[in-house]
Amino acid sequence: MGTMTKPQFKGKRYRLDRPELLAPAGNLEKLKFAVHYGADAVYIGGQKYGLRSGADNFTFEEMREGVEFAKKYGAKVFVATNIYAHNEDVAGIEEYLRNLYEAGIAAIIVADPVIVDTALRLVPGLEVHLSTQQSTLNWQAVSYWKEEGLPRVVLGRETSLEEIAEIKQHVDIEIESFIHGAMCSSYSGRCVLSNHFTDRDSNRGGCCQSCRWKYDLFEDARPEGNWVSEEEQAEAPQALQPGITQLPLHQPEDNPFTMGSKDLCMLESIPDLIEAGIDSFKIEGRMKSIHYVATVVNAYRKAIDAYMADPEGYVLKPEWLEELQKAANRPLNTGFFYDTPDHEDHIYEPEEKAAPYDFAGLVLEYDAESGMALVQQRNNFKPGQEVEFFGPDDTFFKQTVGELWDEAGNPLDVARHPLQRVRMKVDQPVAYFDMMRKRK
Amino acid sequence: MNNTPELLATAASLEEAAALLDAGASALLVGDDRFGMRLAGHFTLEDTAAVVKLAHTRGGKVYVSINGLIPNTMLEELPAYVKAIGELGVDGVEFGDPAVLAAVKAEAPGMKLHWNAEMTSTNYATANYWGRKGASRVVLARELNMDEMTEMVPHLEVEAQVQVHGMTNIYHSKRKLVASYMSHQGRPSDGGSLGKERGLFLIEAERPNEKFPIYEDENGTHIMSSDDICILEDLHFLLKAGVHSLKIEGLLKPVAYNVAVVKAYRHAMDVYAADPAEYAFEESWLDEVRALQDPERELSFGFFYKEQVY
Repeated sequence: MGTMTKPQFKGKRYRLDRPELLAPAGNLEKLKFAVHYGADAVYIGGQKYGLRSGADNFTFEEMREGVEFAKKYGAKVFVATNIYAHNEDVAGIEEYLRNLYEAGIAAIIVADPVIVDTALRLVPGLEVHLSTQQSTLNWQAVSYWKEEGLPRVVLGRETSLEEIAEIKQHVDIEIESFIHGAMCSSYSGRCVLSNHFTDRDSNRGGCCQSCRWKYDLFEDARPEGNWVSEEEQAEAPQALQPGITQLPLHQPEDNPFTMGSKDLCMLESIPDLIEAGIDSFKIEGRMKSIHYVATVVNAYRKAIDAYMADPEGYVLKPEWLEELQKAANRPLNTGFFYDTPDHEDHIYEPEEKAAPYDFAGLVLEYDAESGMALVQQRNNFKPGQEVEFFGPDDTFFKQTVGELWDEAGNPLDVARHPLQRVRMKVDQPVAYFDMMRKRK
Repeated sequence: MNNTPELLATAASLEEAAALLDAGASALLVGDDRFGMRLAGHFTLEDTAAVVKLAHTRGGKVYVSINGLIPNTMLEELPAYVKAIGELGVDGVEFGDPAVLAAVKAEAPGMKLHWNAEMTSTNYATANYWGRKGASRVVLARELNMDEMTEMVPHLEVEAQVQVHGMTNIYHSKRKLVASYMSHQGRPSDGGSLGKERGLFLIEAERPNEKFPIYEDENGTHIMSSDDICILEDLHFLLKAGVHSLKIEGLLKPVAYNVAVVKAYRHAMDVYAADPAEYAFEESWLDEVRALQDPERELSFGFFYKEQVY
């Protein structure tokens, strides 16, 4: 994880006086949680041109509702239109973008220049942000896109803080950087493993994450083939036997080769990111759960606000990091911000897929006088279980679940029905939209 | 009427360049490892001068690949390099990054610009966009199918180049993935190079017969296809569609193999040009290529006849 030294890189934000916290929203409900828990902007996918064909993407009607909801919080909604288009995709672009604009979408996140160009020429109210899928790494390329009319570029994940600061020095433009979540280990857009292994087009949203599969590494050892060192021949005497064409570069006890990366987490480096002048802090994960989005947004919101309120007195609270761990399903690292990832930044060991906590219930109502809350069930819970309440304001406590009743006042041995409304006593005040989580 | 298209081949050395021209290549693609990615070989400015002279005396063209993913630090060296190759008479530059576009316009506006964003050059409208910015050619993604390519041509305001033979890159990372893996294994250096001369490859558990070459260089880690595209049998579809340049990728192949490939395509193109109506592919045209083909790598149609989903 990043070190806590004085920020080295000084940069200036372009239009915003505070960094924007930009969160993923895989559907309308997730959008509401992301915004309520503190996102300044959310990005979503529409029915077309997006890279998450597996997410339950927004209709224009849902977009309008999302925009309406976000507006109450002063938050914006962006749409990822980040595919690399094929011929058959070209015809509908203009109409689609007009519909986005009419739905109140503030900006689109675009990789393919044909979509950039169409938006700039034909839908002038719709802001265009260059996607990380373009793998933009240098200030001249950033400057090119600024001159084309883009107010923001999402840099390639391979840029370091030093490089970002340099880009900031050369070009007056908003820079958006991924700060948390899963990462392509390749240059984004420069991977077609999925196409080769499963005929699924990665650059149109079909990625099957072949980078996280397991591989064995070999070396060609055919006589007419390539160079093999003497040491290797000594270590693997079978190479000298006739008929052997490949030398394994792994022992039976080794973990297999993989390209799979640990997930990004920059929570410990918030001062560095803010001082470098990064305009928008982006969280990955349109496919992630409500619990994930709310937890991660909440932690970053608190860190950013604390630093902005008092940069000198800022201290990272251990509980913010602990919170992130409750939603994390992979080990974390700092990507390319400080140095190029090495062997400690990839996941060779078998993975534990599941995050350690589940979303158990959503607080709908709270009665201060009786200390009773009305909770909507999101996963089973029952009396005697340890749970935690948390929310965007001050709610943050653990308690043991006491007696449960349904709305008619009948006692429950377990809250077993999805979306069931359950009454329970809470140890501290809670508020509408607070969440109750439990350990899995 | 049918203009015979260009037959473009990558060259790893001056010797290979000469052999490929002899075999019938009408254009060569070379480059400098600092600026070009996955080059067959490294050409210094001196080599580049020599290859330009060699090709031009035989009526051939030389293009230089500057298709790297360019960090800030490279911007300092880029203009001088572009200027230098422009002065050597290089005919064109392959680019993906807008920084290269700017450098060529400023330093060597006489050179043609060929837009090559590898797997992301996937539609005619984006190609035409780069055309309006100064490009005269698009290098089509190898993941497109035959229909997508041939249907694209009439919509293009720039020339189209299609890779007809050889391996393709399927994954590129800035990370040093082989070195990282060896460190993880506790054998941080096994004494060998991790570069393309080493012959490293990956095998995925469910595909034991497919070997995916992998190597590291200053640009990171590259993983290559387990098969070699070979479109010769159906080359006439591309010729008929009016594709302007057919590319043979010679990366990681011996010179003799690349020469055999160029000869085979040259022959097919000449037969087609002589009488398109009577043209018919003959299996024997591939005999020499098949004889030299790595038995552990399949000759395939690549994505030409695949339907992909997403």
